Amino acid sequence: MKQSVASRAAQIANAMLLKDFVSAFFLAMRYFFKPKPTINYPFEKGPLSPRFRGEHALRRYPNGEERCIACKLCEAVCPALAITIEAGLRQSDNTRRTIRYDIDMTKCIYCGYCQEACPVEAIVLGPNFEFAMETREELFYDKARLLTNGDRWEREIARNIAMDAPYR
Amino acid sequence: MLEFFWTWIWPPLLIAIHSLAVLVVLLVLLAFLLYADRKIWAAVQLRRGPNVVGPWGVFQSFADMLKFVFKEVVIPAGSNKGIYILAPMVTAVLAMSSWAVIPAAEGWAVANLNVGILYIFAISSLEVYGIILGGWASNNKYAFLGALRSAAQMVSYEVSIGFIIVTVLLCAGSLNLTEIVLAQKSSYGLLGWYWLPLFPMFVMFFISGLAETNRPPFDLPEAESELVAGFMTEYGSTPYLLFMLGEYVAILLMSAMTTILFLGGWLPPLDIAPFNWLPGVFWFLLKFCAVFFMFAMVKAFVPRYRYDQLMRLGWKVFLPISLAMVVIVAGVLVGFGWAP
Repeated sequence: MKQSVASRAAQIANAMLLKDFVSAFFLAMRYFFKPKPTINYPFEKGPLSPRFRGEHALRRYPNGEERCIACKLCEAVCPALAITIEAGLRQSDNTRRTIRYDIDMTKCIYCGYCQEACPVEAIVLGPNFEFAMETREELFYDKARLLTNGDRWEREIARNIAMDAPYR
Repeated sequence: MLEFFWTWIWPPLLIAIHSLAVLVVLLVLLAFLLYADRKIWAAVQLRRGPNVVGPWGVFQSFADMLKFVFKEVVIPAGSNKGIYILAPMVTAVLAMSSWAVIPAAEGWAVANLNVGILYIFAISSLEVYGIILGGWASNNKYAFLGALRSAAQMVSYEVSIGFIIVTVLLCAGSLNLTEIVLAQKSSYGLLGWYWLPLFPMFVMFFISGLAETNRPPFDLPEAESELVAGFMTEYGSTPYLLFMLGEYVAILLMSAMTTILFLGGWLPPLDIAPFNWLPGVFWFLLKFCAVFFMFAMVKAFVPRYRYDQLMRLGWKVFLPISLAMVVIVAGVLVGFGWAP
């Protein structure tokens, strides 16, 4: 490629005077003092939608009775086959309840179909997404674990369901 | 008995105490400068940088050190064990030993050598051995390529650094670092320091310093996109810590050298009332930190050079210019009768 003498001279002069680097330095200094967009994660968290699908929970009625009636719709709809339910009669009042309600969290794809299928809003996907475990076995949730989640997250879950209700 | 103590035991003891003091100050300073380096880099990239350990994360370096120390030392089966262990020690020890002659204030050097600058030059030339040994002993192709690159790079840039230092020596008329600083003392204050009369040399020394210490944009020996981590690929735990330590101490040494050769060491910017009340070490540290800030900033805004560009810059640009400048500076000094 043919270059004119003047442009070649200008190029050399720019290189010698480190023109690019000096301007880059001032650009970098401008960025240096800009506010940082990073969210300071473990201490600050971004907003979550009320529809956010996180860790599962089994809810209870306000009187403490568990909602799940062991209809097994969630088990049937689950595309990842992550849910296993055994139904049976409860000793005390002969109502139909779950004997076993297991969710394999390693299989779950968080599609939320179980929540959609549930006629009594028993199984829900709560707003918690920080449930990393150290072993695989800890991610096989059983009924007790899911009910504990429900008790722990009830306030947030109830609020999210209420906020999302007008759009359903 | 007492005479024996004062003649044979006290002087070595004093030297040991001096060295220990320098090392402790140096390493503590290093910990905080490492943190500053990461913070500066993060700030330019609109990140926050380390901010968890201690207030604003200032103790991050100590946490990192503990992490490295408590990790298991893994020695690859195919490696040359003795040399593999020796290499990081060579790097760290050599890097720290050159600090013996750096005067942080008048008379503060552990050894006020008459050939201080030659000593530093010799030691920093030896530092390439740590990298070569580490790269070779790892028995890993990436480590070996990184070591070769590093050796070629350090040798190339040492040549131009040598000539740049010669121009300073011509002006100062001494190889003693203390006297080089004192030679910059003039009634012009900061305008009399060598950065202004030798401005092209100052810039070239800084850039060569980047290349000499394998800093970005010349960090080709550890270019992670092509060589994994260069000569450090097989290293982890304490040996890796020693490599990092050696590298950063060498960077600090380059900052200190820039301060002493071009920015008037511990001299105040103006030799008048409010400035010369402060002790010299304050001014030294201030300039030192400013130079280190530039080292950190360059990392943030200059993309990495290609290997042939690096070699071209060293041999076809810096070497001819610095060689010409030696002749020009010498000619000007003799022609105007300014030679010391």
